Amino acid sequence: MPLLEVTDLKTHFHTRNGIVRAVDGVSFSLEKGQTVGIVGESGSGKSVTCYSLLGLIPMPPGKIESGSAIFGSTDLLNCGEKKLCQIRGKRISMIFQDPMTSLNPYLRIATQITEPLRLHMGMDRKRALKHAIRALGEVGIAEPEKRIQMYPHEFSGGMRQRVMIAMALITNPEILIADEPTTALDVTIQKQILDLIKERQRELGTAVLFITHDLAVISEVCDEINVMYAGNIVERAGAEELFKNPRHAYTRALLKSIPALHAKGEELYTIPGLPPDVSQPINGCAFRPRNELGDSAKCLPNHRPVLKDTGAGHWVQDCPGCLA
Amino acid sequence: MLRFIASRLLQGLFVLFALYTITFFLAKAMPGEPFTTEKNLSEESKAYQRALYGLDKPLLHQYFIYPKNIITKGSLAISTSKGRPVKDIISQSFKVSVVLGLSALGIAICIGVPIGVISAVRRNSWVDWGTMAVAMIGICVPAFTIGPLLQIFIAAKLSAIKVAGWGDPQDILLPAITLGLSTAAYLARLTRGGMLEILSQDYIRTAHAKGIPPSKVITRHALRGGILPSVAFIGPAFAALISGSFIVETIFQVPGMGQHFVNAVIARDEFLLLGVALFFGFLIVIMNLAADILTGILDPRVRIAGNAAK
Repeated sequence: MPLLEVTDLKTHFHTRNGIVRAVDGVSFSLEKGQTVGIVGESGSGKSVTCYSLLGLIPMPPGKIESGSAIFGSTDLLNCGEKKLCQIRGKRISMIFQDPMTSLNPYLRIATQITEPLRLHMGMDRKRALKHAIRALGEVGIAEPEKRIQMYPHEFSGGMRQRVMIAMALITNPEILIADEPTTALDVTIQKQILDLIKERQRELGTAVLFITHDLAVISEVCDEINVMYAGNIVERAGAEELFKNPRHAYTRALLKSIPALHAKGEELYTIPGLPPDVSQPINGCAFRPRNELGDSAKCLPNHRPVLKDTGAGHWVQDCPGCLA
Repeated sequence: MLRFIASRLLQGLFVLFALYTITFFLAKAMPGEPFTTEKNLSEESKAYQRALYGLDKPLLHQYFIYPKNIITKGSLAISTSKGRPVKDIISQSFKVSVVLGLSALGIAICIGVPIGVISAVRRNSWVDWGTMAVAMIGICVPAFTIGPLLQIFIAAKLSAIKVAGWGDPQDILLPAITLGLSTAAYLARLTRGGMLEILSQDYIRTAHAKGIPPSKVITRHALRGGILPSVAFIGPAFAALISGSFIVETIFQVPGMGQHFVNAVIARDEFLLLGVALFFGFLIVIMNLAADILTGILDPRVRIAGNAAK
């Protein structure tokens, strides 16, 4: 039995301009200690997927229309705020995209980092502080006894993300959700943060759900990759398999547009057009208008393609146009 | 920090001197003089009075002698209409106004801040719309409407509360409510705005993701930043509240400081006018400084910027 099993998750936003189907039937699972990536363009629904799992979607306008997320014996989507509060930050924690704004500027690092310990573990201030100092040291912050008494604005972006990681992992959670943890950092720091996440994961045995739009990052950390497009998963495979043998036209287009794979001076490949407007119902294959590498004429016009196992854990949507 | 306070006090001194200059010449520009109201006063006795108060001296001499006396003797001159030192008049009535103003501010904070927080948390619900509509009314309806309404509907019905007067502790209640209500309404709107901004910040999402119960997210993570706009407002508002209100004092017969602002002008009592105007200016300067220091305490980023300026 997987650690977390998400089935047919649908998260819609009911706005004045209609229903935005941000996540429209997503299923995936996460095993203990595994790293699963979700990759996709902005607006493909990858962040909303994770926020839905932890009940962080503002409701209204957001609404989880259907689905289940079985974590142990609990369905995260239907267990109520109180139960969810006991899981969030203790058994499942999260780090965010922008470390510059994700820490509270009005509170000392010590206050923020000890909060999960005092809340979920019932530690007193002194023990929690000792624990937190050790945790800061473990994420590579020098002089943690001194630094812990500082405020977030006295830290650099990379250091703040280290603090976020220390804070997220301080309760030894079973799952860490990393929502674009390196996007706001410069490249040298990105590498350090990725290494840190991997290292801590190895030491603690935490499963990681890794969200990014950066294929280079995802290839580095993930065991399994889900490619999301317009609120659906279009392809899923092991990391190596996906990069070696991409099936879906969208995955192929994504891989083709990685700058490092281009010859110097060659014009970069870009996927034509824009992601579809998910506030309008999409009947057929969502990728059809942008499908250049497959055969858009053969794309399903009337019903949405279904994610199917093609063997050896490689799943892909059954749209003939996108597979062509 | 000390340097910041010192430089702000120096600025305040300039502000006060400018205020003095404007008030002085405006008072001199008023038609008539302190003794014109007294009928049948002979020219000699008028001249005697003028000489007594130093009003016979050249204008520039008068302009400089007043601040000189404040600095060297700590004297605010003698009121021409009351014949008593302005300092005594102010200190006596200020005691009353401080009690009334503090109560009004207390009421304003206790009503305004929670309402602002609640309507921000429940934004776009009927609670939000309802309280904000009431707050808008609170801002718009003047004290001379609220005061008599309270007298009619509360004081007249409850024997424990007098319609007007000052002496018993419960006499503070109605004037304090009247005085504090519009401040409460401002605070509610400011707090709501501040909280709305903070609640949309990423670190609030982080706090939720840590599993902190929603009520504690508000009190521990959001409130501190959310009340900053209110703190900046409370400084000068507090100065205004404790320096009295002519309208409220008149309605409820409170011997506060506000009456002197108006009476001094009517009596052409320029020393009393200068005294209360400068005292009010002094309070504004001090309260603004206090608000800035408090902002620094609440917001560590401001604090550091202050230190860096050293």
